[in-house]
Formats: sequence, C-alpha cells, structure tokens
Amino acid sequence: MIIVLSLMSLGIIIGWIFHSRKKFLKLTGYLTNWAIYLLLFLLGISVGANEKIIANFDKIGFQAISLTLFAVGGSILFSWAVYHIFFRKK
Amino acid sequence: MKGSLIILAFFVAGVITGIYRFLPGQIFQTDYSLYALYLLMFLVGIGIGSNKKALTLIKEVNFKILLVPLSVITGTYIGVSVFSLVQSNLNLPDSLAVGSGFGYYSLSSVLITELSNETLGVIALLSNITREIITLLLTPVFARYFGKLAPIASGGATAMDTTLPVITKYIGSDYAIISVFSGVVLTILVPFLIEIIL
Repeated sequence: MIIVLSLMSLGIIIGWIFHSRKKFLKLTGYLTNWAIYLLLFLLGISVGANEKIIANFDKIGFQAISLTLFAVGGSILFSWAVYHIFFRKK
Repeated sequence: MKGSLIILAFFVAGVITGIYRFLPGQIFQTDYSLYALYLLMFLVGIGIGSNKKALTLIKEVNFKILLVPLSVITGTYIGVSVFSLVQSNLNLPDSLAVGSGFGYYSLSSVLITELSNETLGVIALLSNITREIITLLLTPVFARYFGKLAPIASGGATAMDTTLPVITKYIGSDYAIISVFSGVVLTILVPFLIEIIL
C-alpha cells in the first residue's frame, strides 16, 4: 500500500507544477470521476456476488448508520468545546 | 448531492450485476480494481496539488485554524470508540477505519475494501455517505446549538466542497476559509489514517 501513497504524493507534485493548466485539470477531474464510478461499480459487483453481504444488508446498513451517528456526535461535541475555548467572541 | 447519487447509482448497478451474474466474476478479480485504485490515487493527488484554495490557505495557517481538523479527528475517534464499545459487531480498528473516511466515501470505501474486506468497505461507503447527508440536512440545527465549528466538524472532508455551500450559509462566509482548510487537511489525511489503522 506504500504504492498508493507514493502515487498520491507524485500526483500532488504534478498537480502543483501544472496547477495553472486548465485543460489538463479539467481532464484529470473528468478521469477522477470515472475512476470513482468504475471502482464503485466493481465494488458493487463483488458485493452483489457475495451472498453473505446481501443476506445481511439490513444489519450492515444499521451498523453503518449507527457508527456515523457516533462519529458525527463525537466530532460535534468536541468541536463545540474547542469553539467555546478558542474561537468564540473574536 | 447529485454527485453522491450518481456514485450510489453506479454502486447499485454493480450490486445488481453481481447478484444476477450478468458478467463472469473472474474478470473482476482484485487486480483490476487495484490498478483502478492506483489511477484514482494519482488523480486525487493531482487534484489536491493543483487546488489553488489549498495553496493560498497554507499562507493563512495559524495555530487556531489547525485546531479545527484536529478536533474533528479527535471527536470522531472518541465517538467511534464509544460506538465500538456499545456493540459487538465491529471492533475498534474496523470502527476507527470507517470513521477515518470523514465523509470521503468514494476513497475510503475503496481503500478499506482493498486493505480489509468487502463487508467493511460497504459499511464505509454507507457510513460516509450518511455523514454527508446528515451534514446537508442538519447543518442549521448544528450551527444553532453547537457553535459555528459544529457543521464543519460534521462535514469532515466534505466541508471543502459538497457541504461547503450549506455550511457557509448558516455559519457565515468568514468561516468559509476555516471550513475549506479543515476539509482539505482531512481529505489529504484520509488515506494515511486508514493505512495506519488497518
């Protein structure tokens, strides 16, 4: 997985060098969207073919949503404290 | 919102294709999605590197603004750790990895699928889409009762783009820079944090 992070870092450098080339950036934006579509389509296929996931989809969905409520709740409460200590009444 | 619907549509199309075996399964073994992931990470890097907002923001960094993404990470991890204690299906590392998406559902779900398994990848997808939807719907409530940073915290990585309009509408455009900064930092950190945790 080092490859993934190196590729991203390489991308950041290239993006920084070519940040004023509008056509180039439009193309990468377009390709990014299609790479995401492709990957999620592929993820969907392996999910659909996985009987264990399909049979438990309601359970998985419930886990996902309850985890999110905790994640959002925790971050809101913590940022609320940070806001009151450091940001309020500027 | 439109973007997430399109992505969800591709995912659902894939699920249907998978259930009814419209395509031979062997074609879609992990290698293909791994190369697609390599391409995506490279492209995401270009997007970050060429982001002019990110470049100008670096000049405005001070101690206080750094606290925002830090508190989003800390708060999310505290909440998710509590979650892993109150139920027994997901253990702490898995829960933390899903939480580390900070709403960046496309990248987190794909990375977690590669590093762990498909079930956790699906949880990451649904969880992080939910995070974006909650932020879009509840930002007025969060801003009213939990201070101006709350919508930024809830938005996580999406606070730089998809949820930015609604956030600035309710907390004021003077906080827009903080929102974008927090979103940019979290977006960059998502792959690193997931990598460290899994």
